[in-house]
Parts: sequence; C-alpha cells; structure tokens
Amino acid sequence: MAKILAVDDSASMRQMVAFTLKSAGHEVVEAVDGKNALDIAKKQSFNLVITDVNMPNMDGLTLTKELRGLTNFKFTPILILTTEAGGDKKVQGKAAGATGWLVKPFNPEQLLSTIKRVLG
Amino acid sequence: MSIDLSQFKQTFIEESLEGLDIMESTLLNLDVGEADLEAINTIFRAAHSIKGGSGTFGFNDIASFTHVLETLLDQTRAGERDVTTPAIELLLASVDCLREMINALQDEGATYDEEQVASVQEKLEIMLNGDKESSTENTAEAGSTATDENSPTTASGWLIKFAPHPDMLRTGNDPVLMFRELEGLGSLEVSVDTEALPNFESLLAEDAYLSWEVRLTADVAKGQIEEIFSWVDDECELEITALISESTAAEEEHVVEPEPQAVNTDVKTTPEKKAAPAATKKVAKKRSTSTEATSIRVGTDKVDALINLVGELVITQSMLSQLGEEFDMSKIEKLRNGLAQLERNTREMQENVLRIRMLPISFSFNRFPRLVHDLTQKMGKKVDLKMSGEQTELDKTVMEKIGDPLVHLVRNALDHGIESPEERIAAGKDPVGTLLLNAYHKGGNIIIEISDDGAGINKQRVLEKAVENGIINSPDDISDDAQVFDLIFAAGFSTADVVSDVSGRGVGMDVVKKNIKALGGGIEITSQEGKGSTFSIRLPLTLAILDGQLVRVGEEVYIIPLISIVESLQIDKKAVNRLAGRSEVYRLRDDYISIIRLYNLFGAKPDSVDLEKGLLVVVEGDGQKVGLFVDDLLGQQQVVIKSLESNFKQVEGVSGATILGDGTVALIMDIGGLIDLSNTLQRDSSDGAVA
Amino acid sequence: MDTVQRLDSDSIIANGSGHEQYLTFMLAGEEYGVDILRVQEIKGWDSATRIPNTPDYVQGVINLRGTIVPIIDLRMRFNLEKLEYGPTTVVVVLKVESENKHRTMGIVVDGVSDVYSISADELKSAPEFGDDVNAEFVKGLATIDEKMVIMLNIDKLLNSRELSVLDSAANER
Repeated sequence: MAKILAVDDSASMRQMVAFTLKSAGHEVVEAVDGKNALDIAKKQSFNLVITDVNMPNMDGLTLTKELRGLTNFKFTPILILTTEAGGDKKVQGKAAGATGWLVKPFNPEQLLSTIKRVLG
Repeated sequence: MSIDLSQFKQTFIEESLEGLDIMESTLLNLDVGEADLEAINTIFRAAHSIKGGSGTFGFNDIASFTHVLETLLDQTRAGERDVTTPAIELLLASVDCLREMINALQDEGATYDEEQVASVQEKLEIMLNGDKESSTENTAEAGSTATDENSPTTASGWLIKFAPHPDMLRTGNDPVLMFRELEGLGSLEVSVDTEALPNFESLLAEDAYLSWEVRLTADVAKGQIEEIFSWVDDECELEITALISESTAAEEEHVVEPEPQAVNTDVKTTPEKKAAPAATKKVAKKRSTSTEATSIRVGTDKVDALINLVGELVITQSMLSQLGEEFDMSKIEKLRNGLAQLERNTREMQENVLRIRMLPISFSFNRFPRLVHDLTQKMGKKVDLKMSGEQTELDKTVMEKIGDPLVHLVRNALDHGIESPEERIAAGKDPVGTLLLNAYHKGGNIIIEISDDGAGINKQRVLEKAVENGIINSPDDISDDAQVFDLIFAAGFSTADVVSDVSGRGVGMDVVKKNIKALGGGIEITSQEGKGSTFSIRLPLTLAILDGQLVRVGEEVYIIPLISIVESLQIDKKAVNRLAGRSEVYRLRDDYISIIRLYNLFGAKPDSVDLEKGLLVVVEGDGQKVGLFVDDLLGQQQVVIKSLESNFKQVEGVSGATILGDGTVALIMDIGGLIDLSNTLQRDSSDGAVA
Repeated sequence: MDTVQRLDSDSIIANGSGHEQYLTFMLAGEEYGVDILRVQEIKGWDSATRIPNTPDYVQGVINLRGTIVPIIDLRMRFNLEKLEYGPTTVVVVLKVESENKHRTMGIVVDGVSDVYSISADELKSAPEFGDDVNAEFVKGLATIDEKMVIMLNIDKLLNSRELSVLDSAANER
C-alpha cells in the first residue's frame, strides 16, 4: 500500500511503529535519527514520514524542515510524534512544515487511524 | 486488529537500561554550574525515550515517574533551571529508581522498592514546583472552545466553511482527505468557491486557492468536526455552525485553539499526575520473560568471519572426502596438505567461535564511576578514577563472575587503601587520591589491575593479624613479601580496626580469591607502604580451552596448564637437599623450591624413583613455586577442558579432564590444589618422602 | 572390541501394570538386577584413566563419546575379590539420580544375564544381614526360576560414601 519512513531513536518505539504499519500492509523503512532519515530520503521517496522529535544528530523538527526542501518531499505528509507536555512542539512542528502530529503515548490502533487520515 | 505490544517489551527494557547507563555516566561527568547543553540534551533524550516507551507499552508507574523527571530536564535544557549538585544527586537517585523499576519488568512477579520510588518522586516534584509555578504552564491547552455555552455542541447538521490559506498544501495537508473523513461522519453536500483562482499564467501549483462550503448531515458533536481540521487550524479559515432545521445558527465561531490531540484524551495536569504515583501498585505486568536463558550480542563482523570459515571448512572436507574415495599412496602428499589445511581451518574456527563469547571489559568497568562516586561521598574521601583498556575483551561468563570480586577490591582500595584528604595532605600527597583500573591481554590471559596511590599494605600488621587469627604460627614462617600479602586472602583475616560496612569483615578477600581461582585465574598483590598497592588479577581468556603440557608418570599421562609452567629441567642430584628430614627441596639458582613426587601424590607407578632419571617441571601456583617430578615430557597441545564433576565429583589437585587424540582420558592438574594436597600429605606423614 | 548395546527406553515394550523390568547381571556367582530404564548402554571394558586419591573400587574415568564417565568396580565396592579384566568383562552404563542432577556412571560386572519382568509383589524385602552388602541399596529380592535375584537401588548405591555429590573433601583410603 504505502511506503512509510519511520524515524525514532528508540528501538522499541520504532519497532512498534514499523510492526503496526507492516501489519496493515504498508512498506516501512526505519531510521534511527534525523540524519539517518535524511540520507535515506535523498535516495528514496515515500508516501509518508513519521518522526519523533527528540533525537540525537538531527531532531525531528530540523528533519522536517530539511525534507520540505527536497523536491520529492514538498507535499509528502510528515507526522511528528510529540508528548503531551510539548504543546509548543505542535506549533513549532507546523512552522517547520509538518502536516500534523500524533501524541505519545499512542497505541497501534490510534497510529493506524491517524495514518488513514493522511493516506486516505 | 489488535497488536500484541508485549513483543517489544524486551527491546524496551534493554534500550531503557542502556539509556539509564548513559544518563548516569553523563550525570557523573556534569560540571556543576557549567551547563553543557549537549550533555543535558543527552540526559533529557534518554528520559524522554523511557517516558514515551513506558507510556506506549503500558508501564504506567514508570511513565508517571519519568514524566516529572523529564519535565525537570526539559526546563534545565531550556535554561530555565540551573544544574546544581543536589539536582545531580537527585537525578542519580532517579536513575537508580528507574533501573529498579525496569529490571522488575523482566521477571514476573518481581517487585521494586515502592517506598523509595515514591520518596524520590516526591523530591522531584518538590524541586519541580518549588522554583516554578509550572503546574499550569505545561498544560496550556485551556482553550476557549469547549466552554462556550452559546453554541450547541451536538447537532444533526453542520455548515462548515473551509478556506485554506495559500500555503496549507505545503505542509502536506490535503483538503480531499479531510473531506473523506467528513464523509465518514455523515453525508456531505459540498460546494466550491473558485473565486480566488487566478489566471492560469499566474497560477502557482503549490498554492491553495479554493475554498469550500460543506453541508454535513450527521448527528455529531462539533468537537468531532473540529478534530478533523485540528492540524490545519492555523493554516485556514474555518467556520463550523450548527444547522437547526429552519434557522441556521447565527453565531459565528472562529475556532482558534485546536482541540487537543487527534488521538488522546484530555491532557492531565501535573497535580493529577501527583495522585497517580502515590497509589503504590505493582509494576510487573504478567508477561513471561525467561531469565534462565542468557543471550549475547554479537557484532555481525564476527558472525560473518565465522560464516567464511565454515565455508572454507566445507571446501576442505569435500576435498578430503574426494581424496579418500580413490586413495592410493601416491596421493599421500595431497592428503598431508589436506590435513594441514583442516588443522588450519579448525584452529581459525575455534579462535573465532571463542571470540563470539568475548565482550569488552567496559561492560564490567562501567559500574565503577558511579560506585566510586557514591562511596567516596559516603567516606568523605576524594578519589580520581581512571580506567584504561576498557576495550580489552574477555569471555562473557568470566566477566560476569569477576564482577563481584572487582567491586570488592575497589571497595577495599577506597576503604583501606586511599587515605582521607587530611591524612594525605599530612603525608605530603595530593588530597585527591588516584584509583586506576587497567585491563590488557598478556599471553593467553587477561590481566586486570586495580591500583591505588594510598597507604599501601603494612606488612607488620598483616603478619601480626595472621598470627592472631591462627593463620600462621609465627611471623618468621613467611619471608617473602608476596607471601605476606597473600595472607590477606586467608579465610578469617581482617586488619580493619573498625569493621566498616563498606568492605566488610574480611570475609570478602578469601571469597574473592576463591572465585578467581574457580575461573582458572590467580591474584597477586604488590604494595609499598606509603605509596600504594596494586591488585593484579590474571584470568584465562576462555573457560573451555587450555594450553597444556603433557607429562608422563609411569603409564599415566597428565596435563599441566602451560601458563603455570616456569621451566623444565633435568635434576642435578647435588642440588637436592632435605629439609628437617622431611621434604625435599631443589636449589634453583637463588631459590629453594619444594620437590613434589607426583607418583606419590597420584598413586601412580613411576618408571623410576631416582630423581636424576626423570625431569623436574617447575610450576607456579598460588604465588608458590614447586617442582613436579615426572618421568617424561610429552608434547604440548591445546586441550578442551571436560568436566570431571558433572558425572563424578571434584578431585583435589585435578581441575578437569580432557580427551587426548587417541581417545583416552587425561587429567588436568590444578597446581594450587596439588600444592595443598602435597602440604597435607607432608603434615600427615611422620617420616619423609620415599627416597 | 567393544560390543555396544544401547537400550533406549522407547525400545522397551511397555508391559503390564505393576511390573518393572530389570536387567540382571552376575557378580561373584550371585545374580543382581537393576531397573532397565536406568540402563543407558552395555559395553565391553577398554581401559580407564585412574583418578588419584579415590577409593579402590573407583576404577577411573573413560571417554564415552566425549563425556567423562566414572567406572566403579562392583566387586570391590562389595568388598569381594577383584577379577582380572578381559575381553568378556562387561561395563553397564547407568543413569543415576544424584541430589538434583543426573549423572552417568558405569559399573563393571562379571557378565550380563537377562531382562526380567517383576511385579511389585514378587519383590520381597531383604532380611537384615551383616554389612557385607549394605541393605540400604537393596531394593528387594526376587525369585526367578528358583534362583534368588538381588534387585539394586542404583541411586543409593552409586551416591553413597565417597561417591556422594555432597561429600567432596572426605576421601576414605
């Protein structure tokens, strides 16, 4: 169905997201931080990017900004994963060009229904 | 579909424990007052990950504990809070709590100290709320939306006016998808307004020019509609009005604040969070994780190397097999080559396989910065911990078993070795002592050294104490420095005037030595009064294989660990003397070493009892040198250590057995045990050894 | 040459209820039996590596397909005269339960006899004798073809005294 780039420095979160999305029939590529994700993005295109915000080497907001600068990713839906306490992260996220957000902690069902919103 | 999240639990546990290690080491290196932003970010991210994961996987106590921690760290990295020593101590205590809580996740039914966790959490909250009124700041979601009484929140129909700003598309939002979602709520009547569309020439493909009016017939709450547009409320003009049959609702509302979150229920404020942890609940979810099977992480490079070697082995095997099919003596050279190749393959494979079990000793060393930090605080001493050789690899099991002995030795060095700052100044030393942990490979072993520049060992006191505790009869029995220090390892020994709870009552040292010996290693002490001491531990790199020297006594073949052999020589009868009519000693240059007639000890029948007809193998064990009298030296080879105990039992003087090339069993000698056995025999027998 | 017979517990046909099967062997003119489920294999005598400071009846250890297995001479264990080992000497390799681990040990016997099926009531308890054969490891006595067969409890027999797992230091000599 869709090709999704999942970015999170936490292996367990990344695995959970990847597993959930794959179970729904999507293709998933994992990245461990913003820099890793950007390198991957320069070589492949995706239907959707899901990224955590707090990561080493390059955080999620910077990644979003960088992605929007790539031709392939101008209109690609980008969802950032934020925690409740990060209310301003949503604003910052949008300012960086993110499509929307998903608040942690979320369960697989919530993830899938949010994906549906951006993928149709 | 429901996805079982328990499969990710183990990964979460592992990465959280790693994260806690990083938090701890970064905290220990933080300079108070000088905010190293990168370091604080690292600590924050570790806590953040744990919080996110624990919430996602349902470990709510951990989540709520970490929430406060994360908030504190977030403020610190934003510069709103200073890094202070009490803060660092509290954060370290939090790391301990989290470690306990996460470790408890591993075993079903395991618990953690809830009181302690609650107490630390309280302190965190006090620190959090003391300086800042943050309880209301974090949750700034109180929008004006839900409390507006004037408009109905549920209606059977809605009029939605949706006008995206030109750049809404640039965030990847697509109006079509929003309409699709609206369709999911009920039936739609959509009309589009194209007024803003410019001419084709000035049309920018990436801009949004259209706006829509949607009539939604659905029995839904306003919030549900707002939610669909929650991501874009900043990037559009949105009006949602309830349709009440004839009259359209006149009030216009401009939705300013987004309803919180697409997915979660209301954000809890911090005071609510406070209530949750107070309820002491068990953390262990009933998911079984086996603690019996241990696992090991192996670099793929090691695995790849192994795969290559197996490939080569297969080639050699098929080559030999082919050779064997039509073999005649003319092919003997090829056979020899093939066998040589087989030997090479096997040896390389063996080395590589053993390397798989090897991990860098840093895994063991890593606990020490924290330990030293805590202990020196408690003792009021100042110590600079230096570690080197952390990348030196050793067998995983050996490393696990050497952990406790190392801790004991470090504690000992801090407690008895390094003096208090006052004492050090009085002695003309730097008030800050140095503790050095070093590891390196030497021969087939790994050497671990623990050195301190403390007070050194007082030989006199050691001797006195040994006499007091009946370990030796008189101080004159021991002449060698090394032997004096060795007394420290005797059971029931302690020179501590006041038994400190830090390093114990001297029961530790003999256990340390025993554990090291059980691993096939040894420990030696060097020390200089006033200058310091060094404890040097020698451990085999692997528990399974030994380099052995085969020796023959009569018809029996025994194996002496090569590492214990100092030298082998032919006996010169003139250098043999008898002590007090009992034991035989050999004068080897400046030393006198005891001669042990192995055939006596092992009840074998030797070729000859004449010392000059056999050989003397000088070995070292437990800091003592002895000479073993054997009939002949056979070859040296690597032997695989097989347990004698699994079907039989432990035999003194024998550390294990091996199977020789001819299929027979040979016993491997335990030098230390041999020496003890020999001493016991000497003491028991009334007259001397057989002439 | 070794004659190796391996007895898998599944190759033993399950017999009627209450019956246990015993492998019997000869030792100094007497017939003894052991629970057949404990017999791992029967092999000829090859040679054993002596272990220092062990009782006389411990012949030593052998290499049994890579495992080190101790061999006990049962004649000597019963304080009988030891026989010279020869091509007809037989070693019965047994699975012994000790404390909470399993051990493999071998016993040297004069020769193997047969397999009998004995029911629980056919097994009579042994009367109190002197201590030539410690009654503790006699499970019971049975009469087969008018002969008396002594059924041994090998766990008790091979875990006692010096062979005990707990007792590692004491060596009776």
